[in-house]
Amino acid sequence: MTDIRYLAPSTLNEAVSAFAAGGSAARILAGGTDLLVQMRAGSVKPGLIVDIKKIAEMTAIEQTADGGFRIGAAVPGAVLAEHPRFGEVWPGVLEAVNLIGSTQVQGRASAGGNLCNGSPAGDSVPAMVAAGAIVTVQGPNGRRELPVEKVPAGPGRTNLLPGEILVSFTLPTRPPGSGDAYLRMIPRTEMDIAVVGVGVSLTLKGGVCSAARVGLGAVAPTVLLVEAAAKALIGSKLDDAALNAAANACSAACRPIDDKRGTIVYRTKIAGVLLRRTAAIAARRAREN
Amino acid sequence: MAKLHVSTTINGEPAEFLCEPGDTMLDALRGPLGLTGSKEGCSSGDCGACSITLDDRLVCSCLMLAVEAEGQDIRTIEGMAHGEHLHPLQQKFLELAALQCGICTSGMLVASDALLRKNPKPSEEEVRFWLAGNLCRCTGYDKIVRAVLETASDMREQGTRESWQ
Amino acid sequence: MNIITNNKWIGQRTIRPDGADKVTGRAAFAADTNMPGMIWGKILRSPHPHARIRSIDTSKAEALPGVKAVVTSRDIVDFPVDKSVMLGIQDMRWMCRNVMARDKALFPGHPVAAVAATTEAIAARACELIEVDYEVLPWSIEIDDALTPDAPVLHEFIKFEGKPSNIAGRLEVKKGDIAEGFKQAEVVIERSFTTRPVHQGYIEPHACLISVAPDNKTTIWSSSQGQFMVRAMTAYLTGIPQSDIRAIPAEIGGGFGGKTIVYLEPLATLLAKKSGRPVKMVMTREEVMRATGPTSGSKSTVKIGAKKDGSIVAAQGTFYLQAGALPGSPIRGAVGCSFSPYDIPNVLSVGFDVLSNRSKVAAYRAPGAPIGAYAVECVMDELAEALKMDPLELRLKNAARQGTKAAFGPVFPRIGYVETLQAARAHPHYSAPLGKLQGRGVASGFWFNAGGESSAQVNITEDGNVVVTTGHPDIGGSRAAIANICAELLGIDYRRVSVLIGDTATIGFSNLTGGSRVLFASAMVVTQSTDKIITTLRERAAKIWEIDPEAVKWENGAAHPASPNAGKFEPLTLAELAAKAPQMGGPIGAGVQLNTEGAEGGFGTHICDVEVDPELGIVRVIRYTAVQDVGRAIHPGYVEGQMQGGVAQGIGWALNEEYIYNRDGKVDNPGFLDYRMPVCSDLPMLDTVMVEVPNPKHPQGVKGVGEVPLVPVMAAVANAIHNALGKRFYSLPMSPPRVLEVIEAKA
Repeated sequence: MTDIRYLAPSTLNEAVSAFAAGGSAARILAGGTDLLVQMRAGSVKPGLIVDIKKIAEMTAIEQTADGGFRIGAAVPGAVLAEHPRFGEVWPGVLEAVNLIGSTQVQGRASAGGNLCNGSPAGDSVPAMVAAGAIVTVQGPNGRRELPVEKVPAGPGRTNLLPGEILVSFTLPTRPPGSGDAYLRMIPRTEMDIAVVGVGVSLTLKGGVCSAARVGLGAVAPTVLLVEAAAKALIGSKLDDAALNAAANACSAACRPIDDKRGTIVYRTKIAGVLLRRTAAIAARRAREN
Repeated sequence: MAKLHVSTTINGEPAEFLCEPGDTMLDALRGPLGLTGSKEGCSSGDCGACSITLDDRLVCSCLMLAVEAEGQDIRTIEGMAHGEHLHPLQQKFLELAALQCGICTSGMLVASDALLRKNPKPSEEEVRFWLAGNLCRCTGYDKIVRAVLETASDMREQGTRESWQ
Repeated sequence: MNIITNNKWIGQRTIRPDGADKVTGRAAFAADTNMPGMIWGKILRSPHPHARIRSIDTSKAEALPGVKAVVTSRDIVDFPVDKSVMLGIQDMRWMCRNVMARDKALFPGHPVAAVAATTEAIAARACELIEVDYEVLPWSIEIDDALTPDAPVLHEFIKFEGKPSNIAGRLEVKKGDIAEGFKQAEVVIERSFTTRPVHQGYIEPHACLISVAPDNKTTIWSSSQGQFMVRAMTAYLTGIPQSDIRAIPAEIGGGFGGKTIVYLEPLATLLAKKSGRPVKMVMTREEVMRATGPTSGSKSTVKIGAKKDGSIVAAQGTFYLQAGALPGSPIRGAVGCSFSPYDIPNVLSVGFDVLSNRSKVAAYRAPGAPIGAYAVECVMDELAEALKMDPLELRLKNAARQGTKAAFGPVFPRIGYVETLQAARAHPHYSAPLGKLQGRGVASGFWFNAGGESSAQVNITEDGNVVVTTGHPDIGGSRAAIANICAELLGIDYRRVSVLIGDTATIGFSNLTGGSRVLFASAMVVTQSTDKIITTLRERAAKIWEIDPEAVKWENGAAHPASPNAGKFEPLTLAELAAKAPQMGGPIGAGVQLNTEGAEGGFGTHICDVEVDPELGIVRVIRYTAVQDVGRAIHPGYVEGQMQGGVAQGIGWALNEEYIYNRDGKVDNPGFLDYRMPVCSDLPMLDTVMVEVPNPKHPQGVKGVGEVPLVPVMAAVANAIHNALGKRFYSLPMSPPRVLEVIEAKA
């Protein structure tokens, strides 16, 4: 077995220096619910593990002055669920984060890990994409921000630069009449990886959809922002015609594979079904806000 | 490389152990700490047989590095009974035959206890989804779910919640 | 004493003797023990589905510091292919080739070498240093691929119809004249079905800890469904005499048939012998999924013919079952059980054992029977539809009863199948209203059950309590049931009876825990042992009272004068007689060893409700009722538990469980994440109805109850989906993509 070094720095600067120095064999440990599985399976053999949970910014949830949220990259799903306000404002993002794994996994797994694991099927990612989340990353050359959909590069890969660590997600303020939702298809009721996942965030003004974003997971090498689906919704009253058009846009955006979790035909078809259902939930929530 | 020294609290008692940096908490529990009540069914977080609580939060000990226990508060199945008195959940599992082979039982009990601490009045659906990460292949879950619901009801009626906190 | 009625402990939901240990984490399962000086064993497994092993070079592994022993197939006793050596249902020719590949690796995961080293990490590293020169051969995974004329033949020495073949066996069961029977039929339904291999899914991976002393004295600590099977197979495969091996049964974390054979013990024994150190081996979940179990995948065709009044006149079944890479699929269960719920004058049932490059199958709950019942019970549903009959009425009309001759041979004695149908029909579930996109299905099932060898020793302690030792690993609560029986017979509180599982050195030979035989057989030997003790106790009381032993009766835990004529004496309790034992002839105890007979088959009838999401193809079971003739529920809690557990496994088999293979012929889902067994939130409460028709050939009326509840489930689910959608399903699993495919298929 290769020797592993374990570090649990208390500042981000220390973490970035260590992580950058560790090179390609270095891994970030947040909840560890992907990393430890990969280590046990032998698919990842880290030389250095940087545990980021001792860094305050990584585990904080803040509501910003303008009503948005900043969520530390290592905040576990169970902690996010206990936040008094977050679930009211972003119910779709919360339900997506809370669908990652079992109750036990929820005690550890974070949206940051879910994103950086690079799986196209990560549950939180389509919801974050729909929400228009911006991520903050910090690396040897300082901080930068980028839209969440720019992070995944392909299965198991991200666009983060060497040494960069995901620090937090920033979710924007919500205009009145906004709602979001996330649904995924899995064969069982729990414990499966999404066969397809759809996140929808939208805003209604006078019954008309004035803004919408759609994130689509597990149907392409990365989670997709489906602008054509959003376009089909915007300007409509979310009637059947608009929902069908958006559903068709989702199906058209699919570039899935046949694998042990689903077929191309199945995934493509149900992407549309899920879009209709997810958009309906988001619309209901928007009407209630 | 030298082993790492970890100081932690296990079932209310201070504990120290040595581990490799890549060892899981389950490795440490079952190895140097000799607490084999937590079981290894999959090592991937899919079966829940290794469930413990970490600072009162339910986790799979196979998905946690042993070194992460430093300074934390860990509880395992071995800490569930008070001396010779079984926890009400343990007693109810016995009375309702909510175990057959027993390999999932430790994890089921630890997870169920974590649920009742958080939610003293769970619905059947809440119990089922909370325990979805604890596989049982023997019972079909029926008697387990009933045992958790009945225990919750008993503990509410008898006000025994506090004595088991 | 009439023990069938008026019982104090039989039929009570007592606390199991091993319960407190299991709820506190104390119970020691296979991987929970250690020995001083212990080292770790690991297995090198074939990456190829089929490959000739030209050579194995272990020198680099042996040179690695920390490595203490390496074994290959050369160290394992060979059983030549031309001479069958049977051990129970297993042929040692195949076992010796399954525990370690000899000339050929036959499936991905097939052991090729094993290493013992001071740490698991060193053992794993050493495995990587073993150089195996493989000649990769063509392979086949599926039945159709294995049966094509140009299919790669796994074993040249296996011949079918005179030619080397992947058909390793054929079994036929016949009754009447099938051709004549179908001539009388007015309605005939014939359908073909496929099922996928499914794993037993026990949560405890295989594990063992073994010490071999320089004089060959061997101690095996492992979990299995038979410590005597472990002893015998290890002896056969290592050459160590059985008398030198002590196999200690650890608590077993689930088996369902999958732990009726050995995988690790012979290898660990050889490693321990070579290294001189105790060796521990624990499989990973991935190893369990790649190299152990499962039960067969299958292709079947079932044809049933009936008169317009619903009387079935002929039934024919052809069942191809996958054996894996070595012979031995459970065709007996498919061929023998499938038509047994029905009194059919003309039956022809044929099974074929088909080889392919998969892991060798192991027993799984009613081996073979669920596969056959799935096909038969789906056809029965179509037949009922064609006849416009209620499916339970059709079954009632044709139900096997006392005196029915089963196609597989026996004439049924008093059986309870009709009672299960009547109970199902009368159950509120059967007439409850259904909602939109919901459907209801029924199905029945049969399993042979089994008797066979069992041993028990019952000892009275000096303080007048009882210790019962039996030889069967307790997999689902048998100790609790035995405590109930022994307490009942002795008339004492069940808490005064300890029940233990002996090891191979401390209790007489006892056959496997399997086939739903344990309580049937062990209750017999425990009853006879306890009867002997009661005779002794009466004799001793008679001696003290100076009367004839016939004038003493045993009641409520004490000796009493049998009648006023016998004299007037204060009762002598078990404790009093135990205290006097040293003066009255010595220790009180008795052991009995029997080849038990009289296990009668079991029947069940299930009702299943489903709800279908037709846009996603998701099926959820929303209500389930299992009705079963359980003979006599000695401990109702664990009888219900067997029924509920079987149903849950069947729902998994029906809806989502399957092995998925990649293009390289390897299992692509070797873990609980993608091998989708039901989780808690997938299932509703599972209602049970225990119909008690006591087995007339058993002192307490016991019938096996463990296997039957898996048998009807897949058909019950399939029939329910049909009822919801109007679409028939002919293959398992009925997973969302396949359900959607059938929904959208053009009529």
